[in-house]
Amino acid sequence: MNAEVVDVVVVGAGPAGMAGATKLASYGLNVVVLDEQSSPGGQIYRGITLAPLSRRDLLGPDYAQGNPLAQALVASSARYEKGAAVWQVTRDHRVSYLREGRMQTLQAKAILLATGAMERPFPIPGWTLPGVMTAGAGQILLKSAGLAPSEPVVLAGCGPLLYLLGWQYLRAGVEIKALVDTTHHEDYWRARRHLVAALRAWPYLRKGLQLMRSLKKACIPHYTGAEALAVEGTDAAQALTFQVGGKHERIETRCVLLHQGVVPNIQFSQSLRATHTWDEMQLCFSPLKDSWGELDVPGVFVAGDGGGIGGAQVAALQGKLAALSIAARLNVLGAPQRDKQGADLRGELNDNLRIRPFLDALYRPRDEHRVPSDDVLVCRCEEVTAGDLRSFVALGCTGPNQAKSFGRCGMGPCQGRLCGLTVTEVIADARQVPVADVGYYRIRPPIKPITLGELAGG
Amino acid sequence: MDNSTCPSGDVLVIGGGIHGLSTALHLARAGVRVTVLEAEYCGRHASGVNAGGVRTLGRKVEEIPLSLSSSKLWHGLADLVDDDGGFVSCGQLKLAENADELEECRKRVQQVQALGFDHELLIDREQVFEIIPSISRHVVGGIWVKDDGYALPFRTVTAFRRAAEKLGVKVMENTPALHIDQVGTHWQVKTASGTYQAEHLVVAAGAWAGQLAEQIAEPVPVRPEGLMLMVTHRVAPFCPTVLGATGRALSFKQFSNGTVVIGGKLVGSVEFAARHGEVEINRLSTSARTVTDLFPHLRHLGVNRAWAGIEAFVADDLPVIGGSGKASNLSYSFGFCSAGFQMGLGVGKRLAQEILGETSPISLAPFSIKRFANPMTNHPSVQAVDQY
Repeated sequence: MNAEVVDVVVVGAGPAGMAGATKLASYGLNVVVLDEQSSPGGQIYRGITLAPLSRRDLLGPDYAQGNPLAQALVASSARYEKGAAVWQVTRDHRVSYLREGRMQTLQAKAILLATGAMERPFPIPGWTLPGVMTAGAGQILLKSAGLAPSEPVVLAGCGPLLYLLGWQYLRAGVEIKALVDTTHHEDYWRARRHLVAALRAWPYLRKGLQLMRSLKKACIPHYTGAEALAVEGTDAAQALTFQVGGKHERIETRCVLLHQGVVPNIQFSQSLRATHTWDEMQLCFSPLKDSWGELDVPGVFVAGDGGGIGGAQVAALQGKLAALSIAARLNVLGAPQRDKQGADLRGELNDNLRIRPFLDALYRPRDEHRVPSDDVLVCRCEEVTAGDLRSFVALGCTGPNQAKSFGRCGMGPCQGRLCGLTVTEVIADARQVPVADVGYYRIRPPIKPITLGELAGG
Repeated sequence: MDNSTCPSGDVLVIGGGIHGLSTALHLARAGVRVTVLEAEYCGRHASGVNAGGVRTLGRKVEEIPLSLSSSKLWHGLADLVDDDGGFVSCGQLKLAENADELEECRKRVQQVQALGFDHELLIDREQVFEIIPSISRHVVGGIWVKDDGYALPFRTVTAFRRAAEKLGVKVMENTPALHIDQVGTHWQVKTASGTYQAEHLVVAAGAWAGQLAEQIAEPVPVRPEGLMLMVTHRVAPFCPTVLGATGRALSFKQFSNGTVVIGGKLVGSVEFAARHGEVEINRLSTSARTVTDLFPHLRHLGVNRAWAGIEAFVADDLPVIGGSGKASNLSYSFGFCSAGFQMGLGVGKRLAQEILGETSPISLAPFSIKRFANPMTNHPSVQAVDQY
């Protein structure tokens, strides 16, 4: 197969991909941005160039911040390919993707992976019932189509996105029946020691406080310290149950939006066999990278949440940092200029990262919502429960890759995206060993679906 | 490195794949104390990630007796290891897509029957359509073996491991054999966690066995290859049997859960040191085309995953089974050239018999490592393992 040769392939067009590609193009490099979506923005700024002003206003000022980044990308010389589903990236920089039903391959000198985050699984009883979705999914509907639930909703879990969605729903006129917050007093206590550092990132804190204040002002019932969440229902969600301080609570609802933070999307870095480490603060795996974002796979860089959760500002800065290193690598930027600009960007990066330890400590998802009881489904594609996983361990299964073979866990259409972390944590818990020793699924192509006909035509 | 010596029983087996575990199980059934050393985990490579074909059809004539004895064991697997390994005896069919291929099939069946075997049958196109109504009408016939089928590789390996462990076999995972050496009357195997020793050593290390044989100056022209497979999303049942083709490489089966596994000597790339096989897209395209030619309705079926497993290929396409020509109390079982999963059952039993000094009508002579001892023998495809 003849591959078109380009300087840099950027995978993803969220803040990291947009900022990185724009900067790379500014050095005259031949840059191709492969984006699964139909317009730049990624998840956080989804549809930013297409959203009508009214929707932009509804979604708030943070969303509107994506517009300059997207406009800069459009104005740059980078080639933006929309609707491009990348299904394989190799260690020798070949990128294969599907676009308009055709298989295409690029051969790059360097690769910037900007594939962002995905929502952490929230495996509780009933989490797979119709009527239950993630807050992220709710927000996608709002951003891309201006759609909001017609039913009164219950928002449950923890993390900034949950409160932001609550605020956006308020503005959109959606009835919020309750905010069920899993954050405990002990979490505030644990987070307190990071508060001084967090105060130096005041704009972030202020935004968070404003969101909470608006929800309070709207008199939305707000439960804190909720434990043992479960969705009741047989064919569809009927109620959310939980405990607060030992007291059983039950809220009738046909629409539950769950969220307990986001984790790096590591499908590509894993499939490249880059080294990953377990982050005990963020409770997720992230790829090992140098201070520019380069993996231990030479010439492959990661920027943004895919390398560890930092948020949109951090992502854009990391995109630029990676671009500096790639430009120097391809001899269009001198090392002194790279280092000087890099130092400035890193200063800004550190300012923006100060809030993270506070947020990670405060919104640490509860153990029982990550390592569920036996009857809870873990792998929803293949219907494997936590109890099944524990029985595999009893038969000698030591990690997620064997769990695939023992019971098809993680082998369905989602390729383990929705169960990977849960499987790892359940096995580690059952074996009573550190999570890092258990590891993660080996990720195999195609990372995104491809049909036999498309493959045959390639 | 730990220099302690670990008590390892009478026989040490290097390799926790189907061959090593099957051999260990049959030895343990005879009361032998066995330790299995596995570099990663049991069934990690060829034994656990192959396509699961349980096939006597199309075997090299030398392999037919071992393959047929294996077939008997497959049909009674649950009695042997307390689990059927997911074995489904749905038959295997090798398709002929034109007159020349059908003629080739006819000659093959004649040859096999002349040797006294009657398991392979020539069938015509009507019989093919009866077996698989959904297949493309250009097919003209084929060879049919009704007792063949498929099984679940990792489940089968796990069943052997558990059955062996029940009989006292010690299985040491994450214990790669670094060096083998015969010291006095014992074989010693150095590992990072100590030296294991036993009177008899079995090398069943798949793609890594050649390196070990080389350590005792008994080189084999063997090379590792990464064989690719892909599996699709679920689709309504349409193919009740396992399919192969005559004119092009194909291995094709639909599992009972609806997924379709597609393979057929599709060579990917191997990073031998990293113990990793990588998928090569353009070669996958060829096999996708074969499938959509035979089943046009699968054009829209999604591919869920593609992978490559590492397997040992011997220059003359035959495995190495039996005693060493260089050293005493050393046996080999490797180099099955991507066709070893089905044979694991019979070969393990036969090798255990040889080690125990029992007789059998099945000769291992064609598989002896001694066939490579003559330095004048020319093996054009010899490649040093170091190249990978």
